[in-house]
Amino acid sequence: MSIYTEPIRQTPAPTARPTVRVKPVMPEHHYLNSPKGIMSWIYTVDHKRIGLMYFFAIMMFFTIGGIFALLLRTELLHPERDFMTARTYNQFFTLHGAIMVFLFIIPSIPAALGNFVLPLMIGAKDVAFPKLNLASWYVYVVGSLFAVFSIVTGGVETGWTFYTPYSTTTNGSVISMTLGVFILGFSSIFTGINFIVTVHKLRAPGMTFFKMPLMVWALYATAIIQVLATPVLGITMVLLILERALGIGIFDPAMGGDPVLYQHFFWFYSHPAVYIMILPGMGIISELISAMSHKKIFGYTPIAYSSLGIALISFLVWGHHMFTSGQSELSATIFSFLTFLVGIPSGIKVFNWMATLYKGSISFAAPMLYTLTFMFTFTIGGLTGIFLGALSVDIHLHDTYFVVAHFHYVMMGGTVMAFLGGIHYWWPKIWGRMYDEFWAKIACAFVFVGFNMTFFTQFILGSKGMPRRYYSYLDQYQPLHGFSSIGSYILGLGFVVMAVYLIHSIRNGKIAGKNPWGALTLEWTISSPPPTHNFDETPKLIYGAYDYDRVMTDGENITFKDVTTVSNGDDHNGNGHNGNGSKRAKIEN
Amino acid sequence: MNSPDTAETVSVKTGDNDSHDHSAEGHGNGHGHGPAHLQHHFTDSEQQADSAKLGMWVFLVTEILLFGGLFCFYAIYRAWNPEMFYNAHKVLNVQLGAFNTVVLITSSLTMALAIRSVQMNKNTQALINMGITIALAGVFLVVKYFEYEHKFHEGQLPGRWYSYEGLQGTNPHIFFSIYFAATGLHAIHIILGMSFIAWVMVRTAKQEFSSIYYTPVEMAGLYWHLVDLIWIYLFPLLYLIG
Ligand code: HEM
Ligand SMILES: [Cu+2]
Repeated sequence: MSIYTEPIRQTPAPTARPTVRVKPVMPEHHYLNSPKGIMSWIYTVDHKRIGLMYFFAIMMFFTIGGIFALLLRTELLHPERDFMTARTYNQFFTLHGAIMVFLFIIPSIPAALGNFVLPLMIGAKDVAFPKLNLASWYVYVVGSLFAVFSIVTGGVETGWTFYTPYSTTTNGSVISMTLGVFILGFSSIFTGINFIVTVHKLRAPGMTFFKMPLMVWALYATAIIQVLATPVLGITMVLLILERALGIGIFDPAMGGDPVLYQHFFWFYSHPAVYIMILPGMGIISELISAMSHKKIFGYTPIAYSSLGIALISFLVWGHHMFTSGQSELSATIFSFLTFLVGIPSGIKVFNWMATLYKGSISFAAPMLYTLTFMFTFTIGGLTGIFLGALSVDIHLHDTYFVVAHFHYVMMGGTVMAFLGGIHYWWPKIWGRMYDEFWAKIACAFVFVGFNMTFFTQFILGSKGMPRRYYSYLDQYQPLHGFSSIGSYILGLGFVVMAVYLIHSIRNGKIAGKNPWGALTLEWTISSPPPTHNFDETPKLIYGAYDYDRVMTDGENITFKDVTTVSNGDDHNGNGHNGNGSKRAKIEN
Repeated sequence: MNSPDTAETVSVKTGDNDSHDHSAEGHGNGHGHGPAHLQHHFTDSEQQADSAKLGMWVFLVTEILLFGGLFCFYAIYRAWNPEMFYNAHKVLNVQLGAFNTVVLITSSLTMALAIRSVQMNKNTQALINMGITIALAGVFLVVKYFEYEHKFHEGQLPGRWYSYEGLQGTNPHIFFSIYFAATGLHAIHIILGMSFIAWVMVRTAKQEFSSIYYTPVEMAGLYWHLVDLIWIYLFPLLYLIG
């Protein structure tokens, strides 16, 4: 065999596949056990511990938000009132939405998983400002206490969007909830600043921007949005609080103020915020799709740039939430057109992921199952976003269940699926132990089926005219609503199963070893769980993050496929090297 | 078997890169190396200082966007009520506003001088300069207090608290809503800036800074200049409508 796809190296290192696999052992000291003691966690500045603390906090709120959701779906089993008053129903969907958006999904991937993996992936010992990182967690906790305070002191029933003038006139604890959102914004900004500086200044020698893993690109683009959009939400919340507490009049039409201005300001943040939610998810998918199919990522550069492209366009489309709020026809038309543009970078990503799968040696372990789920559901969510962005169609669909289905397909079907994939993928790195693959597949099946039952139904409901945010409905919608509610129970069951086997695996899982997936990014070159200071020596880049076409590694041994070919002169080393440039290889675990 | 080291010849190009390309020894495991101010996760002082500066600039961007929201409100309501804005601005005291502008600009100068002093290892001089900066900030707040006091007295207040009779035009209270929101938020930033400077003063007094390491002083300076700059926009927008 004499076709080299790589330039010939000067000193070809002869390699052979390791024949004896050493049974992986847990390292004696790692970030989880040294230093020890509760104080060492309370004051920790270690990005891995902070990531984990974020993880516990957000999972707690995910559970609370999920319980609210199941209660809502239960009320909707029948057209007439089951067990909630209209007011209770309004409070529950508001709390569900606000918790899921501000307390779960925005911090979910960046602050929890991202905190953990970003420094590892670029070969850094920590984020640039470790104390700021810890501060962001405490600020998050304080913000969430305000939100909880608002729940126990009367709740909020305005929807998570807090539209004026309703939010300034209704009773309930709007002030403490919006103050909570304001405070949570700081925690998000702190994370954003930290990530931007970390990516610019702390990359390992040789890690140029275009050698960074795509997850890092995605987190970087996310951080830019966090930093640019969140302050505007902050000032909007301040003005809303002033309006409600003091009656300063700028949102009050009776005093010459304009309530629609509130909507502009709110969506100027909240549309970019939906990309704070989805971009890191897309980053995870880029990692998983390449690692789990052992194939070089297709279109690295377009994927990297499309993250920045999405970040840019996200600031120009907020008006598509206000097509029916009385903006001028001209601005509605422009916003509609700009909204279509979002489809381009999103499409670029999806097509590149598809192309990556082509001829890969695909493993169907849980991370890949969630990746495939993501591709399926996110595509539906994105495409229906285009429906909604079309002016005439949106007039019919606005404020119906179609919108509810759309954003659940992108937020839950997109971000949450990517998050789950990422959790399973990095689980062995975080804890040093594997989760149970069998139960993971079962749970994934429940989640997939339950999710689509719940929300696909809602596209139909919405296009038939079922409005959102109502606790009762006309009899004709009963079959679809019933079906959707049953789907939500299946979905919930999937999460319960997942919680059980994941928690179980923390102590009892199989020991994972450095690199159970044979992945090539830097976090897999160190022990699992990682040592307290990440890298004992400054990591050297000897292969790219996606060089699956020429490198195989299990964390202990590295095999360079082309070099092997050079030294052996033939292709009999069992690598499945098939000579046409698309090399397939797989590492047995 | 092949460890990463034996394959080292498969090296990588280091092209455009603003990350720091230092030798492995410099990074080491980071403990016990380098000067006392160097945190363990940085390679050297330069990297640490660069990171702090970039972080500060990004933070300043968020501050500008925070005020940017208010400036937007200002622009929109002024475009809708140009005459009311014109009439309402007349009740503001231009002399006091101009005086405060001079005070703040001077305080920016003394802050810059303070940084210069630390750079030249003149810590006492730096302390004096920062002291003057804080004192000037105090003067600014006192003047602001008297302005506020006057407006409270006259009922030139936001929204439903407005009770002043002497103004023509619709909804003049909106002007005062924006005036109080913007100058109030700015005053909070003055107080934050004063605390920031006080904190670096304490550290300067403890001789923590010298020509080798003075990043926190520089950061306090950057922050203070921003607070100053925002006022330089607020002053003409609110006091000098013409
Ligand atoms: C191709 C991409 C997308 C397009 C074209 C798009 C378009 C739209 C449009 C036009 C609406 C307004 C519908 C209405 O209220 O009548 C909407 C609503 C919404 N979208 Fe998207 N979207 C996209 C992606 C996303 C993503 C990635 C997320 C979140 C991760 C998201 C979350 C939401 C949410 C939360 C709402 C509803 C907000 C509310 O009124 O409560 N969208 N989308
Ligand atoms: Cu949007």
